[in-house]
Amino acid sequence: MIPASFDYVRASSLDEALATLREHGEEAKVLAGGQSLLPLLRLRLAYPGTLVDLGRVEELRGVADRGDHVLIGAMTTHYEVVTSPVVREHCPLVALATATVADPAVRHRGTFGGSLAHADPAGDLPAVARALDMEFVARSPEGERVIPAADFFLDYLETALDPGEILTGVRVPKLGPGWGFHYEKFHRTAQAWAIVGVAAAVRRSGGAVEEARVALTNMGPVPVRAIGVEQAVRGADPGANGALRAAAERADEDTDPPSDLHARPDYRRHLARVLTRRALLAAAGAA
Amino acid sequence: MTEQLDAGVAAWQIKESDVLDGREVGRARRRKEDARLVTGRTQWTDNIQLPGMLHVAFLRSPMAHARITRVDTSVARTQPGVVAVFSGADFAAEQGSLPCVWPVSEDIVIPDHPPMAVTEVRYVGEAVACVVATDRYKAADALDAIEVDYEPLDAVTDMTSALDEGGPKVHEAGNKAFTWTFAQGDIEAAFRDAAVRVERTFVQQRLIPSAMEPRAVVAQTDGDAFTLHSSTQIPHILRVMLALTTGIPEHKLRVVAPDVGGGFGSKLQVTAEEVLCLLITRRLGRPVKWTESRSEGNLTVHHGRDQLQRISVAADADGRIRGVKVDLLADMGAYLMLVTPGVPLLGAFMYSGVYKMDAYDFTCTGVFTTKVPTDAYRGAGRPEATFAIERMVDELAAELGMDPIELRRRNWIRHGEFPYTTVCGLTYDSGNYEAATDRALALFGYDRLRAEQADRRAREDPVQLGIGVSTYTEMCGLAPSRVLGSLSYGAGGWEHASVRVLPTGKVEVVTGTSPHGQGHETAWSQIVADALGVPFEDVAVLHGDTSSSYKGMDTYGSRSLVVGGVAVVQACEKVKEKARQVAAHLMEASPDDIEFSRGEFRVRGTGTSRTIQEIALATFAAHDLPDGFEPRLDADATFDPDNFSFPHGTHLCAVEVDTETGATRIRSYVAVDDVGNVVNPLIVEGQVHGGIAQGIAQALFEEAVHDADGNLLTTTMADYLLPSAADLPAYTTDRTETPATTNPLGVKGVGEAGTIASTPAVVNAVVDALRPYGVRDVPMPCTPERVWRALGQARTPQRTDGGLS
Ligand SMILES: Cc1cc2nc3c(=O)[nH]c(=O)nc-3n(C[C@H](O)[C@H](O)[C@H](O)COP(=O)(O)OP(=O)(O)OC[C@H]3O[C@@H](n4cnc5c(N)ncnc54)[C@H](O)[C@@H]3O)c2cc1C
Repeated sequence: MIPASFDYVRASSLDEALATLREHGEEAKVLAGGQSLLPLLRLRLAYPGTLVDLGRVEELRGVADRGDHVLIGAMTTHYEVVTSPVVREHCPLVALATATVADPAVRHRGTFGGSLAHADPAGDLPAVARALDMEFVARSPEGERVIPAADFFLDYLETALDPGEILTGVRVPKLGPGWGFHYEKFHRTAQAWAIVGVAAAVRRSGGAVEEARVALTNMGPVPVRAIGVEQAVRGADPGANGALRAAAERADEDTDPPSDLHARPDYRRHLARVLTRRALLAAAGAA
Repeated sequence: MTEQLDAGVAAWQIKESDVLDGREVGRARRRKEDARLVTGRTQWTDNIQLPGMLHVAFLRSPMAHARITRVDTSVARTQPGVVAVFSGADFAAEQGSLPCVWPVSEDIVIPDHPPMAVTEVRYVGEAVACVVATDRYKAADALDAIEVDYEPLDAVTDMTSALDEGGPKVHEAGNKAFTWTFAQGDIEAAFRDAAVRVERTFVQQRLIPSAMEPRAVVAQTDGDAFTLHSSTQIPHILRVMLALTTGIPEHKLRVVAPDVGGGFGSKLQVTAEEVLCLLITRRLGRPVKWTESRSEGNLTVHHGRDQLQRISVAADADGRIRGVKVDLLADMGAYLMLVTPGVPLLGAFMYSGVYKMDAYDFTCTGVFTTKVPTDAYRGAGRPEATFAIERMVDELAAELGMDPIELRRRNWIRHGEFPYTTVCGLTYDSGNYEAATDRALALFGYDRLRAEQADRRAREDPVQLGIGVSTYTEMCGLAPSRVLGSLSYGAGGWEHASVRVLPTGKVEVVTGTSPHGQGHETAWSQIVADALGVPFEDVAVLHGDTSSSYKGMDTYGSRSLVVGGVAVVQACEKVKEKARQVAAHLMEASPDDIEFSRGEFRVRGTGTSRTIQEIALATFAAHDLPDGFEPRLDADATFDPDNFSFPHGTHLCAVEVDTETGATRIRSYVAVDDVGNVVNPLIVEGQVHGGIAQGIAQALFEEAVHDADGNLLTTTMADYLLPSAADLPAYTTDRTETPATTNPLGVKGVGEAGTIASTPAVVNAVVDALRPYGVRDVPMPCTPERVWRALGQARTPQRTDGGLS
C-alpha cells in the first residue's frame, strides 16, 4: 500500500524534536527505526500529519554503564544492543531476547526505544522490561520523568508516554551475581513475531531457586509478570523431577491471551506453561 | 558464502572437464542473466518511466458479495492530481469478459467476468472503480473520495455447503461450474473383494502465489497501435487474448514481458488490470502504469490449490494396489479465469503416480465461491494428485503394518517395464524408480533413522521422529497439442524458436518461451553453443517481446526446455544444414563429404575446413553462394511434442515433532530427482531447491484464510507466512539420469518437480512421528497448533470441537 501524505521533520537535537512535537500537537508522531510505524502508514492504519524523525538525534543513541544500571538510549538499534559488550555482560537477557527479534535487516533499523514505545504485546522486549523491572526515562518540554516498567504498558499499543513526550532511554538494573537468564520464544518462522514468549531470570543459591522473575510475551494486551510462578518456584530444586514443572503450571494464571490466526487462547495458555518450564530450566542452568 | 559457492562450482567443473570434453551442455554455468538481474541494471515493468505517464489505483470491493447500487466518482474527480475516475459502468460497453480458455465439459458454466465489476461484486478485492492521477500517491489518496453503495448479498465460502440446494448463489446459474469424470478398468471389482480399503479426506488449502516481483502493467498508445508491458509469464497468449477481449487488432498490439521476477503460475493469466490499463490508455491517449502493492496482490492475484480430496485405495493383503477412487471438489473462486477449470484435470491423470493398478475412477466438481478465483500455481493439479496418492500409500503401509518403501517397491513400475502405459492411459517413456530410491535411502541413512525413531518411541521422548516418503512422478512439458485438444483446451502446446546468425558469426536465438527467473538465456546459450559450435558468450537470447518474438506459447508447466529447448535444437539443425551447403560450395566439395564438428566444417579426409563464422560472413556477403541459395543461414522451428515429460524421483524427509508444543523441525531432507539429461546442473539445483521450499511451504507454513463473511485475513506477510532460508533445512540433493526417449535432448521438466514431490514427504513424516499416538492425519499446513490439536484429539477421541476451522 501507499501511505497518505505527511510532513516530515528531521530533528537534529532532542530539544528540537520536543519543540516540533509540541508545535504539531496530537497530529505529530515520532519516527525511530520505522519498522513498526512505516507498515502502519503503508496500510493506512495510521495518518499522522507530521513525522519527527529521531534518526539524527545522537544523544539518544548508545549504551552506558551507570554503576548500578545500564542506560540504553532509545535510538540504539537492536543490532547495537545485541553486540554491546556492556549489555552482554550486565543484562544478558536483553541481548538474548533482542537477538530473536525479526531478521538482521530489521535489527539494523529497529530501535530499543521504538520497540518499547510501540508496546506491541507480541514484541519481545516489553516482557523483558517487566522481568527486569526496567525504568523508562521520558522527556517533555516540562522536564524529565521516570516511569517504572510496571506502570509503562497500559494497553494494546498504548503506553504511559504523553503525546508530547519522548522516551530518551531505558535504565536496566544490574541484577548482580548468581542470576541465570533465558528468553524462550515460540514462533512459526524465524522472522515472525512471538506466538508466546517467556523471559526468565533465576537466582539460585545452594542449588535451590532463591528468586525468579518471569514475564510473558503475547499473553494479553500488555506484557505480564507470572507472579504465581515466581512464588511457586521459590525454594524449588531445578534438578528435582517435576519441581519446576509444577510451578510452571501456573504460568497462564491471570492472563488474557489473544485469539488470532497463529493461535487460539487455549493453545497459548498451554504454550505459556510449557515454555515457562523450559525457560526456568534454562535460566537455572538445568536444561 | 561466495567462497563456498565458488568452491562448489569449481568442484563441479573439475568433475566436468573429464566428462564434458569441451561441450557446454552439462556444465554448471553460472547464469549469464543474473548479474543484470540482481544488480537491478535491468528493466522491471515498474521501472519504466514514460513522458506524460499517469498512474492508476483501483478501488476494490470490501465485500465478498454485494450488488453495486451506486458509484459516485464526482468528488474524486476534483482531488489534486486526478485526471480521470472510472467505474465499471464507464467500461461496460467495451471491457468484454476476461477469458477462460479451458471449458472442460460441454455443460460448463462460464460466467461473464467483467474486468471491472458493473452491477455485482463476488469477492473482496474485485475492482469497482479506479483513479488515474499524475502520481501513484495522489491516485491512492483520491480513492477515499469515491462513494460506492453496496447491497450486501450472502457470501459463499464453503465448497461443500455451496452445493446444497437452495443456498445462496454466486451466479444465477448456481454454484456448480462443471463435473468432469474419468474412469478406467473395473473399479467396482477392484474394491469389491479387496482385503484392505483405506479412505481419507485431504484438504488442499488455498495458497497465495508470492512472486518476488509484484504484478505491474504499463500501457501506452501512439493513437493507432498499443504497447503493453506487463510482468507476465505469457506475452504471446496475452496478446491474442487481449486482442480478442478489447477488440484491438492483434497486429496493432505489442505485448512485452521485460525482465519478470517470478510467477509460479500467478502470471499465467489475463488480468483485469491488464485489460483495464489498455482501455484507460485508449481513452486518455496517455501512458498509464499500475503496480500492485503486496497486500493488494494477496487479495487479487489468482490463488492456488483449494481442493477437497476424497480418496480411497483398495489393495490385496500383500499390498498390491488394486484401484484408486477419487472424488474431488475444486474451488474455482468467483469466476473461471484463464485455465481455472483445467487445473484439477492436470492432476486427474496423476493419481496413479508411479504405481500399477487395475482400475481408477475420478470425479471432479468445480465449485463457485465468493473468493478470488483460483488458477495455476506451481505444479497445477499434479501437487494435489501426488500429495493424495503418496499420503495414501503411507496410510496403506500403516494399515498393512508394512514399511512404506517396501509397499512402494511392490507396486511401482519396474525399470524393465518402460515404456509403460498407466491405468490413466499415459505412456511413461522412461524411469528408474529403483535407482533413485536406492540412492535416496543411502544418502538419507534410512535404517539408522528408523532405529532412532524406534528408540524415541520406546523412551516416550517428547520429541518424536517421523520419516516421510514420496516417490513421485509428474507429467509436464505442456503439451502435445492434440492431447490438449482432446481435453478441450483452447490452444496448442507447441513451441517456436528462431536462430539468427549475424555477419560476424554471433548468434541470436529468439525463443517463444518467456523466462521469468528460470535462466533460459544461459541454458539456451549452452544448447546453441554445442549445436553450432560457437562460444557460449557468442549467443544472445531474445524473448518476451511480441515484436521480436512473434510466435510462442510462453513458460509454464515445466515446458520451456522440453518443448522450447527442442525447438531451439531443431532450428540449429536447419542452420547447420544451410551452412553445410555453403561450406561445401566454398570448398568445392559435395555436401555429403562435409563433416561438422565444434564449429568447423571439414572436407572428409582432408585438411580443408571453414569455420561457421567464416561461413556466416560469406553468406552475408553473398558473393559466392550455391546457385539458388537464399542468402541467409537463419532458420526457425516449431516443435510439437508427441508426449508429456515424466520426471520422477524419491524424496525422503525426517521431521522432529515436539509433542508438547506441536512444533515441527525438518531434521534432514534428501531429494534424488531424475530429470533426464541435464543441460545445466546449477540451474537444475536451483529449481529443485526452490521447488522443495515451495512444497514445504504448503506442508508447514502457507495458508490463505478467510472469515465466514469471505474476507481474506492473510493480506500481509505477517499473516501469510512464507518460510525463509532460516526456516528450511539444508537439502541433500542428487540425481539419477534416465534420459527421456521422447525428445532429442533426452531432457525432462524440472520447474515443478520439487514442489510436487516435497509436500507429501513432509506431511508423511509429521504423521509418521505421531502415529503411535493414534494420529492418522494433520491438515495442512501442519502448524504447531494443528499438530497439538491433532494430538489432543487422538488422545481424547470423543472430543469433536478441537479441529481448526
Ligand atoms: C518483518 C518484521 C518483523 C518483526 N519482528 C519482530 C519480533 O519478532 N519481535 C519484536 O519485538 N519486534 C519485531 N519487529 C518490530 C521491530 O522490533 C521494531 O523495531 C519495533 O517494533 C519498533 O521499533 P522502531 O525503532 O522501528 O520504531 P518505529 O516504527 O519508528 O516506531 C514505533 C512506534 O513507537 C514510537 N516511538 C518510537 N521511538 C520513540 C521514542 N523514542 N519516544 C516515543 N515514541 C517513540 C513511534 O512514534 C511509533 O508509534 C518486527 C518488525 C518487522 C518489520
